[in-house]
Amino acid sequence: MNKLVLTLAIGAAALTGGPAWSADQADQIIRGQYQAVLGDCAGCHTRAEGKPLAGGLPLETPFGALVPPNITPDRETGIGSWSEADFRSMMKSGIGHNGVRLYPAMPYPAYTRMNDRDISDLWAYLTTVQPVSNKVEANQLPFPLNIRLAMLGWNALNFTEASFQPDPSKPAEWNRGAYIVQGAGHCGTCHSPKSFLGADKDSEFLQGASLQGWFAPDITNNAQSGLGKWSEEDLVKYLKTGVNAHSIASGPMAEAIENSTSKMTDPDLKAVAVYLKSLGSDVDSAQPAKPDATRMTAGEAIYRDNCSACHGGDGAGSGALFPSLAGNSIVAQGSSETLARLVLAGSQAVHTADAPTTPAMPSLAWRLKDQEVADVLTYVRASWGNAAPAVSSGDVAAVRKELTQ
Amino acid sequence: MTKILPRKDVVIVGLGWTGSILAHELTDQGLDVVAIERGPWRDTATDFNIGYAQDELRYSIRRDLFLQPAVETMTVRNDPSQKALPMRDFGSFLPGNGVGGAGVHWNGHTWRFWDSDFQIKTNLTKKYGASRIADLQVEDWGVTGAEMEPYYDQFEYLAGISGKAGNIKGQLQEGGNPFEDPRSRDYPNPPMQMTYAPTLFAEVGRSIGLHPFPTPSANMSRAYVNPLGIAMGQCTYCGFCERFGCANYSKSSAQTTVLPVLMKKSNFEVRTDSEVLHVDLAPGGKSARGVTYVDTSGEEYFQPADLVLLCAYGLHNTRLMMLSGIGKIYDPGSGEGTVGRNYCYQTNAGVQVFFDDKNFNPFIAAGALGQTIDDYNGDAFDHGALDFVGGAGINCIPTNGRPIGTRPTLPGTPKWGSAWKKATVEGYKSTLGYSSQGSSYATRNNYLDLDPTYKDRFGRPLMRMTFDFPDNDIRMSNYVCDRMEEIAKALGGKQYAVSRRKKGWDSVPYQSTHNTGGAIMGTDPKKSAVNTFLQSWDVPNVFVIGASAFPQNAGKNPTGTVGALAFRAADAIRNQYLRNPGAPLVQA
Repeated sequence: MNKLVLTLAIGAAALTGGPAWSADQADQIIRGQYQAVLGDCAGCHTRAEGKPLAGGLPLETPFGALVPPNITPDRETGIGSWSEADFRSMMKSGIGHNGVRLYPAMPYPAYTRMNDRDISDLWAYLTTVQPVSNKVEANQLPFPLNIRLAMLGWNALNFTEASFQPDPSKPAEWNRGAYIVQGAGHCGTCHSPKSFLGADKDSEFLQGASLQGWFAPDITNNAQSGLGKWSEEDLVKYLKTGVNAHSIASGPMAEAIENSTSKMTDPDLKAVAVYLKSLGSDVDSAQPAKPDATRMTAGEAIYRDNCSACHGGDGAGSGALFPSLAGNSIVAQGSSETLARLVLAGSQAVHTADAPTTPAMPSLAWRLKDQEVADVLTYVRASWGNAAPAVSSGDVAAVRKELTQ
Repeated sequence: MTKILPRKDVVIVGLGWTGSILAHELTDQGLDVVAIERGPWRDTATDFNIGYAQDELRYSIRRDLFLQPAVETMTVRNDPSQKALPMRDFGSFLPGNGVGGAGVHWNGHTWRFWDSDFQIKTNLTKKYGASRIADLQVEDWGVTGAEMEPYYDQFEYLAGISGKAGNIKGQLQEGGNPFEDPRSRDYPNPPMQMTYAPTLFAEVGRSIGLHPFPTPSANMSRAYVNPLGIAMGQCTYCGFCERFGCANYSKSSAQTTVLPVLMKKSNFEVRTDSEVLHVDLAPGGKSARGVTYVDTSGEEYFQPADLVLLCAYGLHNTRLMMLSGIGKIYDPGSGEGTVGRNYCYQTNAGVQVFFDDKNFNPFIAAGALGQTIDDYNGDAFDHGALDFVGGAGINCIPTNGRPIGTRPTLPGTPKWGSAWKKATVEGYKSTLGYSSQGSSYATRNNYLDLDPTYKDRFGRPLMRMTFDFPDNDIRMSNYVCDRMEEIAKALGGKQYAVSRRKKGWDSVPYQSTHNTGGAIMGTDPKKSAVNTFLQSWDVPNVFVIGASAFPQNAGKNPTGTVGALAFRAADAIRNQYLRNPGAPLVQA
C-alpha cells in the first residue's frame, strides 16, 4: 500500500513537471522509505492525525521542550531548501543547513553510524514527500540552553562522529543487527541510561533508562532484567506484532512498533534479535531480598481482587490479550516506574496488522492507594519466579504526582 | 440551519452488531463509510472498567447502559380499541444505547433458526392444513435454512461461540442438539464448563427421555482469536453479563470482535452522540439522498450518501422508516401497508424448584452458561393432535447470583421484612430455575405505527406498539409449562413454582428484549417491507438490518439470526448491489 502511494506520488510529480525520475531513482526512493521506517522518522516528526513528517509533538526532555521540526520538502518551513550535503552533515554530526546545531533529541549520535548510501537513499525519499507548510518553533528550551552554540561544547564532550564498524569475527547477520540497533534504529536513545548531560552512557548500552514517565527496559541478554528468557523468535514476534508470550507493548514502545519495527523486514528483525541476544552478561544477577511476609500477604489479596481476573491467579496471563506477569520483562526491571504507571493510568496495547486487538489495562488510580499499588507490585515482582526489588509507596507516589501534573 | 457535509459512499445509522459488521464488510470493499450513533462511544477498559463493571446498582437496577425514555420512548396498548399511553420507563424490554448497542449488555445466547422456522407458512400448511394458522399472520422468510447456514457460520466464528454441534452435514453429533439443522462444521469453541444446576437439569432431562445440550454461548469457554485477528479472553464466570459490559474481553460484542480492526481503517468514521432524525428522500421518494442528524449541541447536519443502512435497534429502524416515508405504514383494518406489520415478541414462562439439601453456588455463572432442551421447540415435535403451532426452548441458564436481583423465595413468602430476609438466605443457594422461551407468531392486530398524540423531544411522533399474546401462543406456552412441570417433578425438590404466561401483555415487568418485526423480509412487496436481502422494496438504496426483518419470532434468542442476516445483506451489497447501485436486487 505504501509502495503504491509512493508510486502515485512519483507519477504526480512527473506530470506536474517535477524532477524526472528514472527507474533507478524509484528503487532508491523505496529504499529510502525503508530507511525512514528503520529510523522511525514519523515517530517524532508526525503528529497524531497530522500530515506525514510535517512536525511532531513536543519532546519533553529533562532540559525543556523540543519540538520535532517539519521535515517535508517545503521550502519555507521544511527542508526544501536543504542540499543533500546539508542533510548528510546533519545526520552525521548534528550540524544542519546554514550550520545550525541540533540538540541530540534528534538522535544524530546514533544516525552518525548510518552509511552514506542509506543516508542518500533516505534523502531521496524525503524529497518526494508531500511538502507541507507548517512552521515549527523547534527550540523551546529555556535560556541558556536555547543557545544552540552550546551544543558545540556538548558535542566536544559527548559526541564523536563515527561510522559503523563491523566486527569481522561475527556473522553478517549479527553485524546487520548491530548496524540497525546502533544506527538508524537508535534503540539506545531510549534504552541506554543517560549521563547528567543527557548523553548515552556507552558502558551501560541498552541496559534500561527512564524517560518521559516510562522506564525503557534493559534489552541486553541479562537473564534477570533483560531479554535472557526471550528466544530470538520471541523478540522477532514482539517487534513485528507488539505481542509475545512475555509482554505486550504499550507506551512509547507501542509507538515505535506501530511506526517502525512492525514494518521492518523479517530478516532485519531476526538480525536485530541475534544482535541484542548477544549483548551483556548476567553480572548483575544478585537476587534482591525477599519482601516481608505482611506486604506479600497484602499484595496477594489486592492482586486476587483487582488483577487475577485477567492476568490469572498464577500470573500466566492469556495469549495476545493479557500479558503474563510471570517472567514479564517490565515486571523484572530494577525500576518500577513503568509498572506503577500502568496500574495508575492504565494503558492500551499497540495495534499491528498481526495483532489488531489493542486490549487495554484500565486505570486503577481511583481505586488503589499508593501503599496498595506498592504492595501489589511488590507481590507481583516477587512471585512466580520473578525476583525484582520491592516497591515503596513513595515510588508510586512519585509516579502518581507526575501523572497528575 | 442544517449544515451540509461532504458526501460518503455509505451512511450507517447505529453502530451496534449489525452496523459494525456492515461497516467492516463495506470498508473492506473499499467504500467510504460513516456510522452515526445516537449514544456515546464505549470501550472495554474505560467504560467497563474491571474496578466497577460489576456494579449491580448502577448497571442492572439503574440501567446505566440502556436507552433512557427521555431520549426515545413509545406508546403501548394491548389492542387497537385502546388508547395507547407512553412508557415513562422501559420495563418489559430494555433497548440499548451507544456504540455496541444492546450487544454490549446481552447474555450471549446465540442460536440458529431452523429451516422449518424460515419456511414456516409452507411447512405448517403442508403438515397441519391452512386452517391451523388461520388466526395467525405467519409468513415465510423467503430464505431456506441451507441458504442461511454460511452466514450463521460466519457470525459464530466472528463471535467465537462456545457450543457443541448436534448435526454436522447431516451426521448427528453426540451431546449436541439433535433437532438443529445441519451445520457445515462445529462451533469455534467447545462448550463452557457446566455449573451444578444445569448439570443436574440435564441429567434429569435425559432420564425422562429429553435431549439436553449445552446452550451455544457468546461467553468464551477459552481464549479465542477470531478471523479478523482479534483476541478474546476466557470467561471468568463472574455472572455479570446481561445489563453489563464485560470487563474481561470474554463476551462477544462489536467492541470485542469488530471495532479494534474497524476503527483503524482510514475509510471508516463514527460520529457518536448524534441522533438521526430521518432519512432524506429524493423528490418522488424512490431513492434516499442521505440522513439528517442532530448532535448534542442541537446542531443539525445533512450527511449525503449513496447508500443508507438502517442498523439501529429493530423497533427504531421501523420508526425511522415511518418518519422518513420509506414504505407505507401498515393498517390492520385494511391489511394494507408493510411498515409496522408483524410485530412479534417472545412468549416466556418460568419454573423454580426449591431444595433443602443442595447448594448451586449461583454466583459462579455466565450469561449463556447452561443447558437447553429443544424437544418442544418450533416444529421439533408433532403438533398434529395439539391445538397450537410453535414451541419453546426450555433453558436452564442460571445467568447470575447477583445480590440485589437474585433472591428466590418460596411462594407465599412476604415481599419484605425479616421473614423475607430469612427466606432469601435459605433460597439463594438452593433454588434451581429454568424457563421456556416461546415462539411469538404474528397476528393481524399486533403491529407498530405512529402515535397520533405523543411526540418526542424533536416533535416527531412516538411509535405506537399494539401487542398482546396471541391465543395460539398462550396455548403453546401452557403446553410447554406442563412439560416443564414434568421436569420439576423429576428433579424432586421440596416444592416448585410455575409462572405461566397470561393474556394481557404488561409493559412493566421485564420479560425480554426480543422485539421483532415491523420491517419484515419476504418475497411479496405487499406483505413485506424489505426483500430477502433486507433491501427496501420502496427505496432500493436503503437496507434495513436487524430483528425488524423477522416475519415472526422463534422460541430462540434472535442475535444469531440478526448477525447472520447482517452478513447476508453485506454479501448481497458487495457482490450484487454494487454492480448496479440503486437498483432493486429482487424484481417485485
